Amino acid sequence: MSLSPDLLARIRDASAHHGGPRAAMLEALRMIQQEHGWVSDAHLAEAAQTLGVGLAEIESLATFYSLIFRQPVGETVILLCDGVSCWLNGAEEVRDALMARLGIGFGQTTADGKYTLINIACVGGCDRAPAAVVGRDRRLVGPLSPEGVAELLEGGL
Amino acid sequence: MLKDQDRIFTNLYGMHDRSLKGALARGHWDGTANLLALGRDKLIDMVKASGLRGRGGAGFPTGLKWSFMPKQSDGRPSYLVVNADESEPGTCKDREIMRHDPHTLVEGCLIAGFAMNAVAGYIYIRGEYIREREALQRAIDEAYDAGYLGKNACGSGYDYDLYLHHGAGAYICGEETALLESLEGKKGMPRMKPPFPAGSGLYGCPTTVNNVESIAVVPTILRRGPEWFSGFGRPNNAGTKLFGISGHVNNPCVVEEAMSISLRELLDRHCGGVRGGWKNIKAVIPGGSSVPMLNAAQCEDAIMDFDWLREQKSGLGTAAVIVMDQSTDVIKAIWRLSKFYKHESCGQCTPCREGTGWMMRVMDRLVKGEAEVEEIDMLLSVTKQVEGHTICALGDAAAWPIQGLVRHFRDEIEDRIKAKRTGRMGAMAAE
Repeated sequence: MSLSPDLLARIRDASAHHGGPRAAMLEALRMIQQEHGWVSDAHLAEAAQTLGVGLAEIESLATFYSLIFRQPVGETVILLCDGVSCWLNGAEEVRDALMARLGIGFGQTTADGKYTLINIACVGGCDRAPAAVVGRDRRLVGPLSPEGVAELLEGGL
Repeated sequence: MLKDQDRIFTNLYGMHDRSLKGALARGHWDGTANLLALGRDKLIDMVKASGLRGRGGAGFPTGLKWSFMPKQSDGRPSYLVVNADESEPGTCKDREIMRHDPHTLVEGCLIAGFAMNAVAGYIYIRGEYIREREALQRAIDEAYDAGYLGKNACGSGYDYDLYLHHGAGAYICGEETALLESLEGKKGMPRMKPPFPAGSGLYGCPTTVNNVESIAVVPTILRRGPEWFSGFGRPNNAGTKLFGISGHVNNPCVVEEAMSISLRELLDRHCGGVRGGWKNIKAVIPGGSSVPMLNAAQCEDAIMDFDWLREQKSGLGTAAVIVMDQSTDVIKAIWRLSKFYKHESCGQCTPCREGTGWMMRVMDRLVKGEAEVEEIDMLLSVTKQVEGHTICALGDAAAWPIQGLVRHFRDEIEDRIKAKRTGRMGAMAAE
C-alpha cells in the first residue's frame, strides 16, 4: 500500500518547516511509522522520492535510530525499560511475567499480531520504575508489577 | 529545605494549568520585554553573576558559554539549540519541565536566543517523549499567538523563531555535536572539537547548545536577580536544582532543592528515606549512569553539588540520584550500564566501539565470577585506554562507572571469583 496523498503532503510540509529535505527525513520516517506502525522498503523508497534524497541516505538514518522500526510490529508496541533504576525496582520480574503472559521474547510479536515486546534504553520514567512506554503515543506506564501485568494487558493498555 | 516561594518550577507535578493562562498566573512571561530591553551584554552579565552552571551534566558556566557567541555577525546567522534529548539512565527531570511547565522553557528560549543574538532556536526532544512534545508544541503555538515569539517578539523589535525537532531513539544524540548532526538530518555521530559549536555549529554557523533546565531557569533568575539565585548552595555551586531520585528509596521523585543539600536530607525529606533505613544504604550513583558511584561511607556526609562530588572522584552530572540498598548486586548494576554503553556507542571511533564491547564482556564474566582476579586490573587498564581517547565523552562515560565499582567494591568482585572457584557460589550471583 503506498503512502496516502495526505501523508505525502505532510512530508513535503515537513521539508519546508525543518529547513530542507535532509533535516526532514527523520520526521518523515516518524510520520510514516505513526500511520503504518513501521517503515517498509516500499515506503522508504516513496519517502526518498518525495523528499528528493537518496534511498541509501534515508535508509542509513532509518537503521541508525532504534525507534524507527524496519520490520512489521504488532498493534501495540511495548517498550520495556532496560535502565538501572527499573532493574533495581524489579524490572526482571515484570519482564518474566510479560513474556510468560504474551508467550514471546524481546523483539517478537504475538501470533495474533496484537503485541510486540522490545527492551529499550532508559525511558526517563525512573521515578515510576519499573516503567514502560506503550503504543504509538508512547504512553508512560509505571510502576509496573508482575501481578499488574495481566490487568495492564486486559485494560487494552 | 527550599521554601515554596523560592521554587522556580511551581508546576513540576502538573497540579495546575500548564497553558499560557496558567503560566501567566504563576508569573511567567511577566515583563519579558523589559528584560530584553536590558540588552545583550547586561543579560549575559546577569547570568554570569548568578553563578548558573549547565544542568546537562558538565556544569560549564552558562553565562560564559553564551559570551563565546559572536557579538557581530560575519554574515552567518547564530542559533540556540536546546538539548531535550534527556537519555542519561536515571534522569527524568527535563521531562517534568516540558510536560508540566513548558512556558518556563519557551520564555527562556526567547531570552537566551536574544542574549546570544540568535535568529532562531531549535529544541531537540527525545523520540520517546511524545506527550512532552505535544505539551511543548502547544506552549510554542500559544506564545506565537500572543506575539511573544516570531516577528517583533514581545514588541522588542527582535525577530525570533522557535522550532521543535524530534529524535528517534539514540542516546548519543544527547552529545551536543551528535545532536547537531541529527538536526541536520544525519546519523547522530559526534564531531571532532575544535571547532566548538560557538564557532561552527548547526549548518556551520555559531551555535550554543544548552540543557532544558539551564534555559528554563533563566527568566526567573533575571526577574528575581542574580543574587537571589547565587544565594543558594556553596560558592561556585549556585542555585536551585532539580534532583531525580530513583532506586531503593521509599518514594522515588523529582524535586527542586537548593544546591549543596546533603544527600541524607534529600533522601529523608523528599523520598521517605532509604528502603530499610539509612543504614541499609550500600551505594549511590549521584548524577546519572555516567558518574562513578559513592560507597556507604561517602554517602554519610555527601553534599550534592558539582565540586564536592568531583572531589570524591564522582560528579553531579544530571543530578539523577540512583540509590542502591544492601541487597543490591552492585557488579550486576554496573554490568547493566556497560551493556547500555556498548549498545549506544555510535561506532565511529575505535576505542569506544571496541572498548565498550570489551568492557561489557569482562563485566559479563565478573558478574558470574568466571574470571581471574588479575583480570580486574586488566579491566581497569582497558577503561584507561578508552577514557580520554575518544571523539566524545561516551567513552569516558562507559569507563567511569567501572572505575568506581572497582575502587569501592574490589573485595566483592574478588570474593565472587574465589567463591566460584571453590564452588561456593552465592545464590544471588548465580542468577
